[in-house]
Amino acid sequence: MTVIDLAPTVAHIEPSAPPRPPRKPILQLFFGDVMASVLTVTTGFLLILMIPALNWAVLDAVWATDDPSTCRDRGACWAFIAAKFRFIIFGVYPPDEQWRPLLVMGLILAMALVSLSPRLWGQRLIAAWIASVAVMLTLMWGGVLGLTPVPTSSWGGLPVTLLLALLSLGLGLPFAVFLALGRRSSLPIPRMLSLMTIELVRGLPLVGLLFVASILLPLLLPAGWSIDKLGRTLAALTVFAAAYLAEVIRGGLQGVSAGQIEAAKALGIPGWKAVWHIVLPQALQKVIPPLTNTAIVMVKNTSLVLIVGVFDMLSAARVAATDPVWPAPYVESYVFVALIYFLICFGISNYSRWLEIRVQSRSYR
Amino acid sequence: MISAVLDNRRFRSWGGQILLLGGFAALLLWLVNNTVTNLDARGIKVGFDFLWRQANFPISESVLPYNPSDTFLWAYVTGVGNTLAISVLAIFLSTALGLLVGLARRSKHPLTSGVAGVFVTTMRNMPLIVHLLFWYALATTALPAPREAYNPLPGVFLSLRGFYIPALELDATAWVVICLVIAVTWGAWRLRHHVFGTGRWHDRHPVLALSGLTAAVSLGAALLLQPDAVVSFPEMRGFNFTGGLRLSPEFAALMLGLVIYTSAFIGEIIRGGIDAVSIGQWEAGRAIGLSERHTLTKIIIPQALRIIIPPMTSQYLSTVKNTTLALAVGYPELGLVVGTVINQTGQAIESIGLLLGIFLTISIAVSLFMNWYNAHVALVEAR
Repeated sequence: MTVIDLAPTVAHIEPSAPPRPPRKPILQLFFGDVMASVLTVTTGFLLILMIPALNWAVLDAVWATDDPSTCRDRGACWAFIAAKFRFIIFGVYPPDEQWRPLLVMGLILAMALVSLSPRLWGQRLIAAWIASVAVMLTLMWGGVLGLTPVPTSSWGGLPVTLLLALLSLGLGLPFAVFLALGRRSSLPIPRMLSLMTIELVRGLPLVGLLFVASILLPLLLPAGWSIDKLGRTLAALTVFAAAYLAEVIRGGLQGVSAGQIEAAKALGIPGWKAVWHIVLPQALQKVIPPLTNTAIVMVKNTSLVLIVGVFDMLSAARVAATDPVWPAPYVESYVFVALIYFLICFGISNYSRWLEIRVQSRSYR
Repeated sequence: MISAVLDNRRFRSWGGQILLLGGFAALLLWLVNNTVTNLDARGIKVGFDFLWRQANFPISESVLPYNPSDTFLWAYVTGVGNTLAISVLAIFLSTALGLLVGLARRSKHPLTSGVAGVFVTTMRNMPLIVHLLFWYALATTALPAPREAYNPLPGVFLSLRGFYIPALELDATAWVVICLVIAVTWGAWRLRHHVFGTGRWHDRHPVLALSGLTAAVSLGAALLLQPDAVVSFPEMRGFNFTGGLRLSPEFAALMLGLVIYTSAFIGEIIRGGIDAVSIGQWEAGRAIGLSERHTLTKIIIPQALRIIIPPMTSQYLSTVKNTTLALAVGYPELGLVVGTVINQTGQAIESIGLLLGIFLTISIAVSLFMNWYNAHVALVEAR
């Protein structure tokens, strides 16, 4: 009797990647058929139309000048940005104290970098965030530890933009969790109240909410209570963020299978504990990539506070351009601000994509 | 006994809910009470009587006729008219541009897809208000005075005072003709199978047949009713342009910013929708001998639409809400009118209430329409 040895044949069957499609020569890719030629010509034409903009922004631009009036000859006046850099970034914060907002921004950046890795996510990180936000606000306000007090009316620029985005998301998240749980509740009254709140806020433009906060809020609260303009704006942004975050979290809650709560019931875990310890952690984990998208939306939305007169980065840039010494470099100011917003949002969106790939490939823990 | 009642699940859940409702009602009452006290202290009277007073403030441009001697009510209506007009126009234009962007991103041509990709990434990652302020700054500082206006295309002039484009001036008969042509062409196209049967040349060359039909109907209607339609070109007369259509810098900046920003989002929605249709559908279309175009129009697009419609609804809704940012560039839409009325009358509660009410109405109306449309194209599964 012969022994049939299957091993060598089995060993040969290995998964192999499909052969890569052959690369087309460039000429064929660009002018291979009518469609390709039309696209090449149209896109090429569009790019040629961009040349004057490129000339304006780079080749004809004035990068440094001693005499502001010569700045507007042909190209962009980037010398203006260099001269007003500090004002656009820090606003009207007292110049001698500007190391404080700088430190705040450094702290935000450091905390953001630390939070990038999912391995460090946990209660300790949340505690660290709360502590660092307290430090940031202390630094901005001053009045303790020998720091000169600086009222919120003197805050401005990029730190205000970042703090508004950070605080509105941070304060909105707990509300959002309750709203989302309420909306998914089987009890009619919490469900109706959450649904009403979420749909009401989502049906309104943020400008409307900012109007409510800046004009109506002083009327709605008792006479003695006064919240300053920055606080009122933050309240509007928080309500707005909470409603949008709630919808994202609701999506995550829907994604947790009913078996989880049934298993908890079978083990005798009471309802709220099951929600808090079993359903919510899974739901939040699922929605972290879409939550980062909400973060991008909120970073962009903070720029709307310009309308109610809060001095964020965009307002600072606009005010900087009104300086009569310079030849009205509004376009340059806005391009510069747009670039900063772009870097922040593009950074977050790339991080979100990286996270999504991670979610697909393995679990967080 | 009492503890038995307290332990009862139903009692506990209802007790909790009543407590919640009571707390909510108490909060509302507290806010109303504060407001009444504050208004009394400041001597402000709440009411909508002011709506019938004369507004006395100008609105720089409007779709509806308005002048400062009209009432505050009419000022609001004018604001709503402007908001609706720019919303519809922005949605229409950005859907068209977004379709182009989405298709360009899916293109196999590396240059086209690359340019579209850069466009989408840059435009989406900047706040809309920065877009608007940028275009407004460009329109009001970079352009020359009317005398030296740029003339990029014949009949189009770009100047500091605004953009001038050729306008089509139509009389009432012309509008009747247009409506008639649309109605007759549409009716004839729907009835073609009853008259000529199916599978004839009009089914093989639908574009040719439809354009021929439209041309024939238009010619007939025009000869029969003789409408008066003139294209008026802007012309330099003295210090300014006459004729043509003037687009104010505010309107131009608003439209450019809004359309470019929104089209980047719409492009991504459309691309995502088409990509989400499985590749097997393309292959199946090829396998049964359909042309690439027919596979796209008859198989891929109907399925992609179902995926596209929900995100498109929320995109349209946010575009309507985004028009309120026009007040940053001074285009008189509802938000700016409300702001001016508050400055003039101090009737903040009523004005903001109206603003919120109108936007809620628009939001609900758009959602209802899109839900209806979604149900219309939804998959009808045989069960």
